[in-house]
Formats: sequence, structure tokens, C-alpha cells
Amino acid sequence: MLDQLQKFAGNSQALPSGALNAVIQNVSGTELSRRTLLKGLGGFVVAMQLLPANRAEAFVPYPTFGPGMPHGVVNDPHVFVSIAADGQVTIIAHRSELGTGARTTLPMIIADEMEANWGRVTVVQAPGDEPKYGNQDTDGSRSLRHHIQPAREIGAAVRHMLRQAAADKWGAKIEDIEAHGHQVIHRSLGKRLGYGDLADAAMALDTPPRDALSFKDEAAFRYIGKGQVQIVDLHDITTGKAVYGADISLPGMKTAVIVRPPAVGAQITSIDDAAALAVPGVEKIVKLPITPLGSKFKPLGGVAVVASNTWAALKGRDALVIEWHSGEHASFNTGDYEAELRASTAKTGASVRNQGDADAAIKNASRVLTYEYYQPHLAHAPMEPPAAVATFVNGKCEIWAPVQSPYVARTDTAEYIGLDAKDVTMHVTLLGGGFGRKSKADFATEAAYIAKELGGPVRVQWTREDDIRHSYYHTSSVERIDVGLDKDNAVVGWRHRSAAPSFLSTFVKDGGTQHEIEVGMGLENLPYDIVNISAEQCKAFAHTRVGWYRSVSNIPRAFAVQSATAELAAELGEDQKDFLLKMIGEPRILDAKQSGLPGKFWNQYEPYEEFPFDTGRLSHVVHLAADKAGWGTTLPEGEGLGIAAHRSFVSYVAMVVRVKVVDGAVHVPEAHVAVDCGFVANPERVRSQMQGACVFGMTAAMNSGITFEAGAVKESNFHDYEMVRSDNFPQVVHCHLVPQKFEVHATGVGEPGVPPFLPALANAIFNATGKRIRNLPIGDQLKA
Amino acid sequence: MKLTVNGVERTYDGDASMPLLWYVRDELGLPGTKYGCGIGLCGSCTVHVDGTAVRGCLVTVGEAQGKSVATIEGLDADGNHPVQKAWRELNVPQCGFCQAGQIMQAASLLSENPNPSDQEILDGMNGNICRCGCYQRIVSAVRQASTGA
Repeated sequence: MLDQLQKFAGNSQALPSGALNAVIQNVSGTELSRRTLLKGLGGFVVAMQLLPANRAEAFVPYPTFGPGMPHGVVNDPHVFVSIAADGQVTIIAHRSELGTGARTTLPMIIADEMEANWGRVTVVQAPGDEPKYGNQDTDGSRSLRHHIQPAREIGAAVRHMLRQAAADKWGAKIEDIEAHGHQVIHRSLGKRLGYGDLADAAMALDTPPRDALSFKDEAAFRYIGKGQVQIVDLHDITTGKAVYGADISLPGMKTAVIVRPPAVGAQITSIDDAAALAVPGVEKIVKLPITPLGSKFKPLGGVAVVASNTWAALKGRDALVIEWHSGEHASFNTGDYEAELRASTAKTGASVRNQGDADAAIKNASRVLTYEYYQPHLAHAPMEPPAAVATFVNGKCEIWAPVQSPYVARTDTAEYIGLDAKDVTMHVTLLGGGFGRKSKADFATEAAYIAKELGGPVRVQWTREDDIRHSYYHTSSVERIDVGLDKDNAVVGWRHRSAAPSFLSTFVKDGGTQHEIEVGMGLENLPYDIVNISAEQCKAFAHTRVGWYRSVSNIPRAFAVQSATAELAAELGEDQKDFLLKMIGEPRILDAKQSGLPGKFWNQYEPYEEFPFDTGRLSHVVHLAADKAGWGTTLPEGEGLGIAAHRSFVSYVAMVVRVKVVDGAVHVPEAHVAVDCGFVANPERVRSQMQGACVFGMTAAMNSGITFEAGAVKESNFHDYEMVRSDNFPQVVHCHLVPQKFEVHATGVGEPGVPPFLPALANAIFNATGKRIRNLPIGDQLKA
Repeated sequence: MKLTVNGVERTYDGDASMPLLWYVRDELGLPGTKYGCGIGLCGSCTVHVDGTAVRGCLVTVGEAQGKSVATIEGLDADGNHPVQKAWRELNVPQCGFCQAGQIMQAASLLSENPNPSDQEILDGMNGNICRCGCYQRIVSAVRQASTGA
């Protein structure tokens, strides 16, 4: 065990013994769940399938943006796989687990391709170390998109090395040796050995070149594509043993809670900590420097109360008296800001797409329809509020945190506390939800800073109030769409203006301009068959920390475009679904130049020829969702179906949502989700992501809105920032996956389920009640 | 103060106003009970006091004096309570953070009402938030734990 730790846990020589214990607990917890799984899979009989000796053609590699990510992609089997003498296989998960199942699915792919028995696999979480593991940013719905191929290559390489080791041992040719079910077999010699018997010899071999590898036929997959492998943490989660950010315990560890500036960048005028220090258990007050907007993921700063336990820290914080300067964002008020965004879209913005001449078409149109949609800032509110544990011993810092980007967290933290990155270790716990919030590891940096001040271990615990009031908020936006119709009611011009503060403002001085990533999420790539299309971005300056939130700018874009499409359909007396399909038009690959873009589509940075925008695939999911939902059925009074489709994260998703509105309360008895995400490695987790996306979308649509007053957030907890609960979640979500072969590139599913839900819901509400929702959240807009 | 936690008698002479949530986490080293909101709105910290589900953030150690507390770690010695088994059979969790609270709530619900109707399940689970959105499977798992199918 310790060997594995030293191999995989980074600077383990720097670990104090207590820290080691915590890691061992973490790792042994994982083993427990593996053993249980082995029992669970006892009846799972694996057929022995003969593998062709060389089936490289079973997997033709294709480019992705993976190698373009910081530190690229690593597919060295020696980094990811080890085999013990007893045959137990250890596979490294280098992606963080937020609930999507990536920590299970990628090791499962390696295991399948290397012909390991899943019941004899232990998954160990990698610390933040991108030079070793390659990029670890677990966001952008890219775990499978970027890593399904490397995972197969790693597995195939290990299988090859095991066969080679047997060939060397038996004096046989590798071509005559097969590997199946944790064994290497030479049929004509009648020899077989378990993987454990060959482990040392196999893993001592160099990594074979890719063209020497053989890959399994899809028909020979045992786990990939089956949805039978349960998540590795399932037993631990159901028994309370799963380890999240706040669950690490170190000897002598203190707990800190922090008062942060009410408005970003507000400085402290005075602190009276006498009453706080008088609370039994409170030991120390630590000040953290205040940072302005544009400080990336640095802590906001403030005053930490350090105590012997959480309760004392909370009581101490309540007793702290701090006066604040108002700061430069103290005039930020949500109501005024909404008006500012609306005013911004009333004027011409900077062109991001100019196909034909939309301005002229609209100017000369017989009729112009203008639709405007608004969404306030949102907080991610993962069930696990930010929390991290850090210790500082002999000039080295060790951190345990639920972070989506552990290497970024490590290097940022090292810089903040004045250490070299080699002296900082970032262990990754499970994440109790991430949704983009935990890509920004300010909480881990806070813990490291306080640990350094204390010279010992500390846990930083954010309260729910801290989480809601000091997030990196989803952008607030006004999306305005002007549509020109000719005398025959044909759409001749479509102009989309977007005003939304950019997450760029979190990194650099705010220019009021969106990043190409945000523009690429549904603003520049409207897939409609209209001659004149323009898209503009209008100025919007940030007054709070803006960050990415599950699905990012796709949420307001899909809401605007798909709502406007349904509004137009209603205006013209056409069916929502038929009109949407008419707008999408004939199957074609969108062309950036013909679409009037100055350059390429952003396309999630994926190579466009490999991941093109295929309108046929979008239409297909529209048909699929509509057919499954029984589109066109007559529903009782107060009920309605609504449809929407959106391509994001290079996946195609369409939804039909059924609503029932009773006394202004919205119920969703059923939703049908059609997904084309290319090859599906783990259909069970794709379905769970889609079920979750509908709930997440329902919360965003119905409830979510952050209100700023004088630069500070008014909402604080689940009474005024409400979540969908058991009384109003989408009751049954049917998920329809478009079956695709491996050659149809896997795309991503963590995020693309959310954007279509909001407009599908609004469109259903319209069909049920005749009321059109243009401003989010819906709240009690439907109540009389 | 004396109380029993997961069958073990405990003596505590600290702050009686400390919520059970922080007592079991910080003082007893039982981190399966989660902090989610601190004001009884999310159910992540649900534990049993004398067999009934309560929010660990709202009940103090003082109030639990002389009582028997069960946390997720003590729900079943082998982790095989029917609710835990149903949870695994139906692959309920996503991130998993709220699940201990959900399971403790469901176990209490079923001990009081072994055969709840669908509406009774929805009502009984309404205090527990799941941000990942596992509700559909949570309801199915509670039903399965109650009926065995």
C-alpha cells in the first residue's frame, strides 16, 4: 500500500504521518468498494472471445483538442497502470469525480482494452500533477472526448506488454499469444499465466509503439458501452465512507471560517476581534489580503477565525465586528444592471458573425419581431460547499481539496503562498458537486495560506451563505433577437445581440467584451437555414466575479434562440417542432465562411473536420425526442408539450418537456431527452447525467437568480436561493441515446443536457397556458 | 453529558449548544454526516435520534443527552440496510454528497411507514435536496426498499 502511495501520491516523503494516514484511509476506502463490487459482479459471466492478433483497424485514431490542452494528453501505460504480483491491477484516475462517473468510466475503458477483470481493479485518484498525467481540467464535458482514445491505447499497450512478457518467457511468438480475462494464453503450447505472474516482466518493458498495438473489436467489449459497471465509490457513498473535501482529518487540525468582503475588493476599515477571541475554542484571527476583480482564482481576502472545531469557529465569526469600505463595486445593483444590459443590446454591438446582410433584411422586412430574454447571475450551489484541508510543514504544503483543476489549483496556490510548485502537493478528494465552481480553487488556496500562517494543519469550511455570496457567478445576460419577415411570412433576417459580462474579467482587466469561448456557445453558430444572419456582442462590464457554470453561455443562448423560434412559430400559426425543423433546414455541415464568420467556428476548440456542426444530427434528435414523446397528442387543459434543441460541447441534444400548470405552479410529469453524443462508453452514466441535467435546468429556470444590492449578494441559503426538490422535479426523464459506433467520436455529456431544458420548459408553459416566459427565473410569474 | 452514538456510549463535557452535525464530525470523527446548509433546509446532515430522522445541524448535543444517535456509519453494521442495498441496485448517486442524508431520511421514513405510497415518499423526502438531480432514482430506491421490487 505504501509503495503505491509513494508511487502515486506525489511528494509522499513530505507527508507527515497523520497526512499519510488520511491518504491511506482514502485509498483503502476505495479498495473496500472494489471488493464489494467484485461480489456484486459475481454473476457476471464473461464469455471468452477470441481476439484477432492484430486489429489496429478496429480503432482508427482521430485528432481531438486533447493534445492542445495545457500539458496535453499522456497515454503512457507506466503512468496509469500497475499490476501487483497477486494480479491486482491499479489504474490511476487523473480526472476529478464531480458526479459524472469519469473516475469510473476511464479506468473501465483501460481495463476492458487490457482484458483485466474489473473486479480485480483498484482505482486510485491522481494528485494534481499535469507534467506526469497530462491535463487534468475536469470541465468542458471533455473527459471522454479527450481521453477515450488514450484510455484504449493505455489498455492495449498493457495487454501487448503482458503478451510480450509471456512470449519472452515461453520463447514463443507474440502473435500466438492471447490475453483474456486477466490471463495470457498460448493455446498450442497449452500454457497460461495470470497477469500477476507476468506483472514485473511486462511492466519493465518499454511502451510499445502505437502501430504495434492491437485493439479489440467493439463486439469484444466487456464493459465499454454496456452500462453494467457501477461507479467505484458506490459502496462508500452509501455507507458514509466516501471522502470529500471537508472529510480529511489530520492530528491537531484546526478549523477556519472566513469573513469575506461583501462587495468584491472592498477593504477593511476596522476589525474588533475581542469578542471572537473570547469564544471558547477560538484560537487565532488571520487576515487574508483583499483582492480586486481580475485576480483569477486568488482568494477574495478577509478575516479568518481559527478554532479548535467548526462550531467554535462559526460562533467566533458571528462575534467578529468588521467595518468595510464600500469599494468600487458598491453601486452594483441587479435591477439597474438589467436595464443597462437591455440598453446595451438596443445598440449595434461588435459583429461576430455577418452572413448576408441581416441589418438590411430587417430594415426592409414587411414585419420585424423583437424578442428579448434575460437571465440574472446564478450561483452553482453544489451540495458540498467549498472546503479544503491543508498543512504546512518544513516549507512544504500539502492540500486535500475537491477541485476540478488540481494542477491549476496547485500552481496557483504555490504562487500565492510563495512556494515552488514542487513543494506543494494537491490531493483530489471526491467533489460533492462541482458545476464549474470547483474549477476555481480559491478555497484550497485559503486553506494553504492559513496553514502557512499557523505552521500546521487547518480545514477551511465555507458555509452555504459563503458559497452563495462569494461564488464565481454564471454570467447575467440579455439576449435580443430581431427577426425580419417578408410579405409571405418567410424569415429573411435574424439578428442576435448578446450583452453579458465575461469570465475574462476574472482573469484580466475587463474590456466589457466576451471571450471567443462565450461567443462560440450558440451566438456565432446559429444552425438555421436563413439567408441573412448576424450576431453581435454588446458591451457589458462585470461587477462581481464571473465564472463558468455548468453549460456556461449555452444556457442563455439556447433559451433565447429556442424560445424565439417557438414564439415565431406561434406568431405564424405553425407547430413548434415543424417550425424548428424548418429553421434548421436540410442536413448540411455548417461552413464558417459561408456563415459569415471572420475565422473559424470556436467549436470547443475541437478540430472542425472531426467534430463538424452537422445539422442533420440536430434534426435527428429533434425527430427522436418528438416521436418518443408523442408530439402532437392532445393534452388536458393546463398541460402542454414544449420542444427545444441545442448543440453544445459538440453534442446534440433535443428535449420535449411536458408541463402541467396548476394555480401557477409548474409540474413536469415527463421529459424526453434525445442525445447524440457519438460513441457512448457508459450509457448508464449518460442517462444519469441527463436526468440530472433536467433537474439542474428546472432549478435554473424556476428558481435561480442572484440579486446584488450595493455590490453584495442578497440571497444567502436555500430559503431564498431555492433548489428543485422532491415535490417539483421532472418526474420521469426518458433518455434516448442515438446508437453510434466507436468511429463516431465521443463528445461529452456533463453539460449539454442543461441548455435545451429551459426553453423546452418555457415553450411547454406557453402551450399549456399561453403565457410566454422571457425573463428568468420563472418564480411566481405564472401566479395570478 | 452522556449519549449513545452508533451503539457506543459517549461522554462529552464541551459546548452543549454544539449541533450534533459538528459533534459527530469534529469530536467523534464520523464524517459521513455532511454539512450542506446549517439551517435545516437541505437534509445532508440527517441522523437518527432514537430512531427518528432529524437534522443534525438543528439538534444540539445537549438536546441529544441520554438519547441514542445513529449516523450513516451506524445505520447497518455491514452497510446492508435495505435502503442502502436499493440505493446500490438502482445506481442512485451521482456526486454522492447528499446521499447519506437521503438514505438516513429514507430509512426513518420506512421504519415509520413500511409501505408508503408514491405521494408519501415524495412528501417524506421533500426536506432533502440533491443538486445533481437523482430524485427519480431516489424515489424508485425508496419504493424498492419498501416492497423489495
